[in-house]
Amino acid sequence: MFIGLFETLKRAGVPVSLRELLDLHAVVERGVVFADMQAFYQVARTVMVKDERYFDRFDRAFAAWFEGLENLDATIEALIPDDWLRREFEKQLSEEEKAQIASLGGLEKLIETFKQRLEEQQERHAGGNKWIGTGGTSPFGAYGYNPEGIRVGQDGSRHRRAVKVWDERRFRDYDDSLELGTRNIKMALRRLRKFARQGAAEEFDVVATIRETARDAGLLNVQMRPERHNAVKVLLFLDVGGSMDDHIRVCEELFSAARSEFKHLVPYYFHNCLYEGVWRQNARRHGERIPTMDVLHTYGADYQVVIVGDAAMSPYEITHPGGSVEHFNDESGGLWLKRLVDTFPHLAWLNPMPPRAWEFTHSTRLIRELIDDRMYPMTLEGLENAMRELAK
Amino acid sequence: MAFDSTSSYIATDALKQAVDAAVTLERPLLIKGEPGTGKTLLAEELAATLDTRLLTWHIKSSTKAAQGLYEYDAVSRLRDSQLGIEGVENVANYIKPGKLWEAFTQDARVVLLIDEIDKADIEFPNDLLQELDRMEFHVFETGETIKAKHRPIIVITSNNEKELPDAFLRRCFFHYIEFPDRETMQAIVDVHFPDIAPKLVGEALEVFFELRDAPGLKKKPSTSELVDWLKLLMGDELAREALYQRDPVKAIPPLAGALVKNEQDTQLLQRLAFMLRRQGR
Repeated sequence: MFIGLFETLKRAGVPVSLRELLDLHAVVERGVVFADMQAFYQVARTVMVKDERYFDRFDRAFAAWFEGLENLDATIEALIPDDWLRREFEKQLSEEEKAQIASLGGLEKLIETFKQRLEEQQERHAGGNKWIGTGGTSPFGAYGYNPEGIRVGQDGSRHRRAVKVWDERRFRDYDDSLELGTRNIKMALRRLRKFARQGAAEEFDVVATIRETARDAGLLNVQMRPERHNAVKVLLFLDVGGSMDDHIRVCEELFSAARSEFKHLVPYYFHNCLYEGVWRQNARRHGERIPTMDVLHTYGADYQVVIVGDAAMSPYEITHPGGSVEHFNDESGGLWLKRLVDTFPHLAWLNPMPPRAWEFTHSTRLIRELIDDRMYPMTLEGLENAMRELAK
Repeated sequence: MAFDSTSSYIATDALKQAVDAAVTLERPLLIKGEPGTGKTLLAEELAATLDTRLLTWHIKSSTKAAQGLYEYDAVSRLRDSQLGIEGVENVANYIKPGKLWEAFTQDARVVLLIDEIDKADIEFPNDLLQELDRMEFHVFETGETIKAKHRPIIVITSNNEKELPDAFLRRCFFHYIEFPDRETMQAIVDVHFPDIAPKLVGEALEVFFELRDAPGLKKKPSTSELVDWLKLLMGDELAREALYQRDPVKAIPPLAGALVKNEQDTQLLQRLAFMLRRQGR
C-alpha cells in the first residue's frame, strides 16, 4: 500500500528498512489514523524517521510522493544551501549592480526583499500550479534562483491545509548534508568529543583491595578507583585570509564552539599553506609568529590535528620554495605539510568547499595526496567521517 | 484511550499521534527536543492520563544497561559468608531487581520512563535491544527468565548528546518536540497560570520571543524558563511595572536571571542594550 512512499523515501536518502514499512502498515491497520492526511503525515514521520536530521528529506519525499511527482531527483537537486547561493550571487554581480545594491540598502536588504517578494508571489498564485521563479516580472529575474527552488509553488493543491506542513520544511537546519550552521555546529563538536568519551566508570583496584583486606584481618574490603581521565588533545590549524574570506565566518563559528568543548585545544593560524611560521592570534599575525618547527616539537604524537582550509591556492605554494604569496619561503609548503603529517598520525582536513569543487583545483588534489586523502567536507556528515578517521 | 492535552500539559497534534501510535503498537517512544520543552513531563502526563504507575529510570554517565535488569551483589555475599550470616547459600537473596525487572513484573501496565538515555555510554542502547524488543530477559545466576506480564509503555528521552545506534532506533518510534510557537506557548502559559493577567502574558511573551531571536545567544530560554520567569514576575510588582514600561533602551528584561543562564549571554544582552542606546541617540 505504501510501497510508493517507501521507495520515494529510499530514493530521497531517508534510511528506512522493511521494518518501518511494516510498522506503518500496522499503524494504519490498527486504526491510529483514518482519512486524515495531516495525521497520516505525522504518524508516518513518527514511524519511519528516527532522527530529526532526516525530517527535511522526509518532508520533501512525502510532498513528492503525495503530488505524484516523478522528478524527485530534481526536487532534491533544487535544494541549494543559502550560503552557497549567496556567494554565487555575489560573484555574479558587476560593479554597477553592486552600486545599485548599495543604494537599495545593501545585499542583506536585497535578499530580504527578494524573499518577501517570493512570499507575496506565492500568495497571489495560491490558486494556480505555476512554479515560482519563472514568472519573470520581478526585478530579480536575472538571478531568479530560489533557494527553495521549485518547491515553493505547491501551495495551491486541493489539500491545502495538509500540504502546508511539509511544505514549510521547518527541519531544514537539521539535515546533515547541509553546510554547518550555528545550530548544527554544536552537534558536530559533540561528535568530536564522542570519540574520546571519558567514562566516569570505576575500576577494581587490586593493590588497594589486598592492602585493605589484609588490614581488616582477612575481611574482604573492596576498593575501587576512578578510571583514568583521557581527555582529547586537539591542534587546530585555521587558514585565514585570501581565498578563505568566504568561509571565515563558518570557521570562526567552528572555532569558538570548539573552545568550550575541549580542554586541550590549541589553535594556530596560517595563510593558504603551512610554512615555517604560524601565529596564535589572528590580529597579530605579523607580530607574533611561532616557528612551525617549534609546534611540531612541542606537541606529542597523541595530539589530533584538525586543519580547516579550502586548499585552493596556486600549486607553486605547495611544490616550490618561494611559492608563497606573502613572503619568500625557503622550503616548499608541501614539505611542511609532510612534516606535519609525519609528526601527527591522527590528522584530518576539513574543507568548507563542496566536494564536487575539489576535483577542479589542482592544489586541492595535491594536498589530498599529501595527507592520504583525509579531506572531508564541512558538513555534519563530513565531520563525522573526519572524527571517525581521527579516532582510528 | 487516546492521549490528549491535560489540565497541566499541552500536547500538539503530532505528539498525540506519535503517542497513540507507540501505545497501540507497544513500541518504545523516543522523544527528542530542546532542553526544557517537556520531554520528561510527557511521561508523567501519559501515566496520569492512562491512570497507571510511572517508573523512572534516570540514566547517568556511569549507568550500565545491566543495572536496569538486575544487579548481583557478590561482594555482600562474600562478606556475609565470611561472617556466617544466614541465607548466604541462596543466590536469589543477593539479586536486586532493576527498573526493567520492576516494570515487567507489575500486575498492571505501567509507563516506564528511561530518562536522558544519551547520558550513558555509547554501548548502552545496544545492550537493551533484546529486552526492549521481546520484553524479557534471563537471569544467569538463578536461571529464571523474567517476562513482562503486561508490556510496559516505554518512553525514552534524549538530549542529542550522543548518536543512538541504528538497531536501537529501528525498534523505537520517534518524535521530535519542536519549540512551541506563540499560540501553543500561550496555551501552555494558560495551563500553568489560569489566573494570570493577559497583559502580563502578552508583554512577557513578546520579550521572551524577542530574546530567543537575539543573535548569538548560547542557551536560548525555553518553556520551563518562561514558566519560572512568569512565576517570579507574578510575585514581584516592581519587576512587572518595569516590564510594562519597557523602554527599548533597557534591553535587559526585569529578572532576566530566570531566562538567561550563563554570564556570556548576560554580557551579550548588555552589549545589545548598549548598541540600542547608541542607535536611539
